[in-house]
Amino acid sequence: MIAIVKYNAGNVRSVQNAITRLGYESIITDNPELLQAADKVIFPGVGEASTAMRYLKERKLDLFIPQLKNPVLGICLGMQLLCTHSEEGDTTCLGVFNNRIKRFPATDIVPQMGWNNFTSIKGDLFKDVTIEEDVYFVHSFYADINENTIAQSEYILNFSAALQKDNFYATQFHPEKSASVGNTILKNFLELCE
Amino acid sequence: MLKKRIIPCLDIQDGRTVKGVNFVAIRDAGDPIELAQRYVKEGADELVFLDITATVEKRKTLVALVTKVAKEINIPFTVGGGISSVEDVVALVNAGADKVSINSAAVKNPELISAIAQRFGSQCLVVAIDTKFEDDEWWVYTHGGRKRTELKTVSWAKEIERLGGGEILLTSMNSDGTKDGFSLDITKQVSETVNLPVIASGGAGDSVHFKEVFEQTKATGGLAASIFHFNEIPIAELKAYLASNNISVRE
Repeated sequence: MIAIVKYNAGNVRSVQNAITRLGYESIITDNPELLQAADKVIFPGVGEASTAMRYLKERKLDLFIPQLKNPVLGICLGMQLLCTHSEEGDTTCLGVFNNRIKRFPATDIVPQMGWNNFTSIKGDLFKDVTIEEDVYFVHSFYADINENTIAQSEYILNFSAALQKDNFYATQFHPEKSASVGNTILKNFLELCE
Repeated sequence: MLKKRIIPCLDIQDGRTVKGVNFVAIRDAGDPIELAQRYVKEGADELVFLDITATVEKRKTLVALVTKVAKEINIPFTVGGGISSVEDVVALVNAGADKVSINSAAVKNPELISAIAQRFGSQCLVVAIDTKFEDDEWWVYTHGGRKRTELKTVSWAKEIERLGGGEILLTSMNSDGTKDGFSLDITKQVSETVNLPVIASGGAGDSVHFKEVFEQTKATGGLAASIFHFNEIPIAELKAYLASNNISVRE
């Protein structure tokens, strides 16, 4: 069973639809026991950082999520919330990844909205994916690059397209909206990531 | 590199895809789910579903359609048509829409833009502008192009950005249905004025029209309906043509 973290950020349904299309059963829940018992946990998110963190704190999920021992995949805002701090609403986040989230400088259109390829990728999450392939991004804030970075992409500057530390994986892009490449990446998470 | 987006639009009436010419004379263009799946296969970057007869009683039909679309396709899609409240947006987003598009309601009540942006984030909100060049000015029209407002297009675009709109879908009524090409001047003006993604719409009849709009304006997406529905320009061929002209597209 795959557990998708239920919270006030949007488009949890799209993630569930993508998981269903891949042939997996899933539940959308904020129940700690169910999250802990799941084979994998997906932490999606579209929305605003400080509002999302407030919701997680009210349910004590801010303490619980970083303690998870099963493989966790953060997506978009989910990824940003797993970092230490976001400039969006000057928000202290969960601190799994020691990356900081900054706003793109306004030297080009913000948000980055659309399909972009990678400048580097590594690890099981990107098995059978090439750097020329495009995935779908929608974001105004980005994670800087450090030792957790497993994929990079370029828009205005180089940023982390994906992160990994121990059992925590995360993508800035939306694999659930990234056509067949996205399916491959989700499938890799479900089948290969420990 | 971020790619230019090719976006087929599906006009929906009573759950079917239809296509009007110059906002009238509607003909049937098939089952929206089948068409959407075909577009995903052909390489469309996003889809827009526009309910052209949205009324309260038909809203449920639209939500049911959105639920089905979200189950079937794995690229982003926008839903618009008759959205006038945050509650309308909640229903569509919960059904699986990635973005919603508002038009007349935003003109009537600009605060709706901020309200939706605060609740769902700007990235969720496309503000559509129907514009028409008349009396030496590009005017904003509402109600499916039936009603001229007092708003000038460029200043309304700036206001949309200030209020928190995430993207602008700009349709030129002068070009719509003509297949003579996008209205490059107003697309250029709007896309250079706001620091938001702008989708050009209205008038695409040939691959060269997409090349022109991407080369001569800052639009990041091009939208069309009938030329894709009736396969007059296969999306894959359009993208190959753009790529051969050094315009960055997803292949």
